[in-house]
Amino acid sequence: MAAFFWLVFKMQSPFNRKHLLGIRELEPAEINHLLDTAETFRDVSRREIKKVPALRGRTVINLFFESSTRTRTSFEIAAKRLSADTINISVSTSSVTKGETLLDTARNLEAMAPDCIVIRHSMAGAPQHLARMCDAPIVNAGDGSHEHPTQALLDALTIREQKGHIEGLNVAIIGDILHSRVARSNIYLLTKLGATVRVAGPGTLAPTEFAELVSHGLRVEKTIEAAVDGADVVMVLRIQRERQDSAFFPSMREYAVHYGLHKEHLDLAAPEAIVMHPGPINRGIEISSEIADGGRSLILEQVTNGVAVRMAVLYLLAGGGHDSESESAPTSGERTRER
Amino acid sequence: MDFVEKARIMDGPRINRALARLASEIVEENHGADDLYLVGIRRRGVPLAERMADKIADLEGDRPRVGVLDITLYRDDLSTVGAKPIVNRTELPGDIEGRSIVLIDDVLYTGRTIRAALDQLIDFGRPRRVQLAVLIDRGKEHRELPIQADYIGKLVPTKKSEIIKVMLNEFDEEEGVVIVERPSTEAV
Repeated sequence: MAAFFWLVFKMQSPFNRKHLLGIRELEPAEINHLLDTAETFRDVSRREIKKVPALRGRTVINLFFESSTRTRTSFEIAAKRLSADTINISVSTSSVTKGETLLDTARNLEAMAPDCIVIRHSMAGAPQHLARMCDAPIVNAGDGSHEHPTQALLDALTIREQKGHIEGLNVAIIGDILHSRVARSNIYLLTKLGATVRVAGPGTLAPTEFAELVSHGLRVEKTIEAAVDGADVVMVLRIQRERQDSAFFPSMREYAVHYGLHKEHLDLAAPEAIVMHPGPINRGIEISSEIADGGRSLILEQVTNGVAVRMAVLYLLAGGGHDSESESAPTSGERTRER
Repeated sequence: MDFVEKARIMDGPRINRALARLASEIVEENHGADDLYLVGIRRRGVPLAERMADKIADLEGDRPRVGVLDITLYRDDLSTVGAKPIVNRTELPGDIEGRSIVLIDDVLYTGRTIRAALDQLIDFGRPRRVQLAVLIDRGKEHRELPIQADYIGKLVPTKKSEIIKVMLNEFDEEEGVVIVERPSTEAV
């Protein structure tokens, strides 16, 4: 009989959070559960009828205070493939200050009884702020230079798909580390799952102090060559002009020469090394077209996996009753499935 | 909370004999195994489907195709269960269009799992025919939907407070079917 109870316990979801605000606070088991669930959802997008009824009657609000095509579309498709209704709200931040807007918006959103709010904001901490004010689960779709958890998850899913595992891999992240929420979330995730991460960029964008601030085991290299040397995965970041209020490097051309990823760099990496980029790419600046369109580039697989990851996140947050904080009821499979 | 074992209604050999009978009934009813496609419902329907396919192969020479359904995303109680059930893979190799599908599960109780399975199946194509085979039928009076099994290993009339536990070597340490009683009726 003991085995029976163990089974019930074991089948309970290891991810019981109400919000997905960042990778930093997640346990490795939670990350792996998100990735496992995403893998199942990848199948749905390959079917002829790319839709399951899991979130029928639920409403997902995409609240974007910052321009985005890929991420917003990805969340929208993910929600629709789960049969949820989606509403997209794009708000320009140019004329309003953060506090007022968020508070007002949150009140309005609450009145529409959403089951999940996906938020992107140029200010770090905006999703956390919203999470404190709203009943609905909040998904961080990128907050300033802070975190972009679903991007890190889709990157991890892509790596796992290609390499079979994440533990023990050498991952190089190249570019504007300082301003990149993608880099930050990826560094948290990859080091939690046992990968070694080396970053490189112009001294102004990849300061050596960064390593101590973010994660143990993270190394900041002086040159792109040093970071890429022997790497299994090379992640190239987009140069984010919108987040640079002063000149961090002399010119785009100079950046392209010294920190753009070229074919010669890949010769230093591991033989089966893969190249990733969160998009949108600045061709010829941080990555050469030759690499972006080449056989090692997984940029489009990342986009495909993005939908699967967001389906998993929405299912785990917006599916089920909204009592995710109480973990008393046994949840899945065996006992609750009334046959 | 403890479960009390009330009766052991099947042992390994009996399960095996029941499956052998179901296999021959399926073959007889479908005039062979030509278009047959067995679909096991996770979890314990899956090994039952595999075993039945082996038995049909013994009878007919051809082993019917076997698929796996995970009905989690089609459950009608997803919005009421507390946390989210783990989603596992659904695998239906090839085309189900025009095939004779036999859904296979361990226990038929309320019929809701089968409703979910049917909905999911239809999303994959239009089978010519869908039938249902179960190892245990707990009795028509428990049904909450108009769903009945075409092939039944054993009919076991039960009370609502009772639970049928099917144990198979693939998942459990032993092989058998027991009736257990749950102490309180409040439990799910």
